[in-house]
Amino acid sequence: MTESSSPLPHAKFRCRGVNVHYGMAQAIKDNDIDIYDKSVTSFIGPSGCGKSTFLRCLNRMNDTIDICRVTGDIRLDGVDIYDTEIDPVQLRARVGMVFQKPNPFPKSIFDNVAYGPRIHGLASNRADLDALVESSLRSAGLWDEVKDRLSSAGTGLSGGQQQRLCIARAIATQPEVLLMDEPCSALDPIATEIVEELITNLGETYCVVIVTHSMQQANRISERTAFFHLGELVEYETTHDIFNTPKDERTIGYVSGRFG
Amino acid sequence: MLSWVALIVTLMTAGAFVASRHRARSVAHGDLAALHSRPVYHGAYTALRVAIAGFGVLIVGLILSNIGLRAALFAAIPDSLGTLSQIERDLIVSDGVAIAAGEVASRTDAAREAVGARYNTLMMARNIGLAVLTLGAAAFVYLRSITQISVPFRARNRTEKIVQGLLMVSAGIAILTTIGIVASLLGQTLVFFSEIPITKFLFGTLWSPLSGVHSGSMDPDKVGAIPLFAGTLLITFIAMLVAVPVGLFAAIFLSDFASNRARGIIKPMLEILAGIPTVVYGFFAAITVAPFLRDTGAAVGLTISSESALAAGVVMGIMIIPFISSLSDDVINAVPQSLRDGSYGLGATKAETIRKVILPAALPGIVSAVLLGVSRAIGETMIVVMAAGQGANLTANPFEAVTTVTVQIVALITGDTEAATAAGPAFTLGFTLFCVTLIFNVIALRLVRKYQESYD
Ligand SMILES: Nc1ncnc2c1ncn2[C@@H]1O[C@H](COP(=O)(O)OP(=O)(O)O)[C@@H](O)[C@H]1O
Ligand SMILES: [Mg+2]
Repeated sequence: MTESSSPLPHAKFRCRGVNVHYGMAQAIKDNDIDIYDKSVTSFIGPSGCGKSTFLRCLNRMNDTIDICRVTGDIRLDGVDIYDTEIDPVQLRARVGMVFQKPNPFPKSIFDNVAYGPRIHGLASNRADLDALVESSLRSAGLWDEVKDRLSSAGTGLSGGQQQRLCIARAIATQPEVLLMDEPCSALDPIATEIVEELITNLGETYCVVIVTHSMQQANRISERTAFFHLGELVEYETTHDIFNTPKDERTIGYVSGRFG
Repeated sequence: MLSWVALIVTLMTAGAFVASRHRARSVAHGDLAALHSRPVYHGAYTALRVAIAGFGVLIVGLILSNIGLRAALFAAIPDSLGTLSQIERDLIVSDGVAIAAGEVASRTDAAREAVGARYNTLMMARNIGLAVLTLGAAAFVYLRSITQISVPFRARNRTEKIVQGLLMVSAGIAILTTIGIVASLLGQTLVFFSEIPITKFLFGTLWSPLSGVHSGSMDPDKVGAIPLFAGTLLITFIAMLVAVPVGLFAAIFLSDFASNRARGIIKPMLEILAGIPTVVYGFFAAITVAPFLRDTGAAVGLTISSESALAAGVVMGIMIIPFISSLSDDVINAVPQSLRDGSYGLGATKAETIRKVILPAALPGIVSAVLLGVSRAIGETMIVVMAAGQGANLTANPFEAVTTVTVQIVALITGDTEAATAAGPAFTLGFTLFCVTLIFNVIALRLVRKYQESYD
């Protein structure tokens, strides 16, 4: 695997020899990857190739699936996140996740955003909590749209707003990493554009990893792109290189639209 | 004799099917595709019509002639006996019928034998007449139908019409019986309230409706249903105290903690619990639980009577557990996995996720499960009959015997008081029970529907 020649930011995740099995079926085959801080990294590849599975390794969401088994070495800031010392619950507070389908809780907008801070005790009083909710909603670009109806139901928002609410909810736990699994696939083009812009901004402060089925989207918003195929990490380069000078046959085929 | 007629109609139906199918084939002259309807529909059409005509005449004839027969038998009682009360006349007629059938009558005399003889002749005439009418109708319809058969005849459409009609009649029967039952409950209740003021019934605290009936009328001060409502309420409350926490926790365990293996064992066990007849729960309560509670109470210095609200309530609660747990399990499972993922993804533990996301999301469904459980508890009869007691005792003490609405209905109907007298309070209690249960069920179903809408 070749690394880009530009000066590299700090590698937030360092993954070596990662294998994932669902029961007997292998979904991820011996993957090595470094994911860099303060940038947006895209995972692309045909559906079923293991993008979501690999993403879920990074915050140990795979632990919630009984038959899923993860082996190999995944380090966050140099610490093995699969170490027995590590509490996956605390890890997930540091590594936030946004899902494909917007999944706001059936609670008020405020309570949705305050959910994480409350369970992790991030705000010592109501004023702190209010401020945290506001700043999270601002970062998600939703504040102006919802500031007058914070107590109305989060499920009553439009799809795009719901997804931004979920992003705000993830930001509110003050994570270092944001994992996003096809966050725009349930959104219309206008909402997609808003969320993409938001992701680009988030990339300046967070380590953002996004799974996308849209190569244009990967091209627009990410600095680096990883191409997965049948559980294998085929090629991982700067986005520019992946789309302009792909090296592997399979990558060439995929980015030129010949399969997938 | 009429059973032979029924058998013949059945055979005619079968014969009509075969003959019409055959006839359809032969009018087609071998070109079956030319027929509008396949031969089997011609067969079915004729057969259905024959059966409907035959059995229709038979059933309607039986109902009408039985009414007429009774009137004729009363008329056959010789006038020489003078004026008789309705009960005496009923007795003479039933003795006469018994004599005619060669069975033992309570008394044999000329009048009864006259009625018996009349019965015999009338029966004979009725049976012959009905047999002729029935078979005639079936044969007539058969002949008409079979001559109709032709290539363009739309037997399929007509058969479907008939089947549709039969389905509608079935649905109608279900609706009509419901309406009939409610109407008769309501009617008897209104009659009762025309004799007893409704306020005495709803707010009176003394229940002993039959204590004065031999003097001719009911004492309005002794039909206060409050002790029954209170007893029902107390037992229902105890039952829910047992059933709701246990049922709900079992549901949470099943849906979010149990391994597939554990679920595979526990779910069928709960279904077995749900399949135990209530009469078994009843004697379990009376024979095992009540003495146990009494003895335990005695050991710690509490006086628990051997028929107590506590014993009945606890066992009723056990009965309702599977009901609550399986309904709650359904609604908890219906909370989308994406909400669980969302919560886990924010670093929530399983307990936090259940408490803060799943239970609130499932709450309307859980509430409706509880309401349905309450309406079961209110209507439950066997357990309270055996374990709660009979005395209308107005108390909030769960260690004492109380009585419930259902127990009193049972006591009224199975007691030795004349049915007509006991019916008033029994129907009124029944109607009250019906209204309360209906309200609970309607609210519960509303909640479930709302809940389902929010996750479409
Ligand atoms: N919960 C699961 N149980 C069993 N197999 C799974 C599960 N999730 C994903 N898989 C399998 O793992 C492979 C990778 O799936 P996934 O990571 O969802 O792919 P992608 O996100 O790239 O479309 C697929 O073959 C899929 O069938
Ligand atoms: Mg996926």
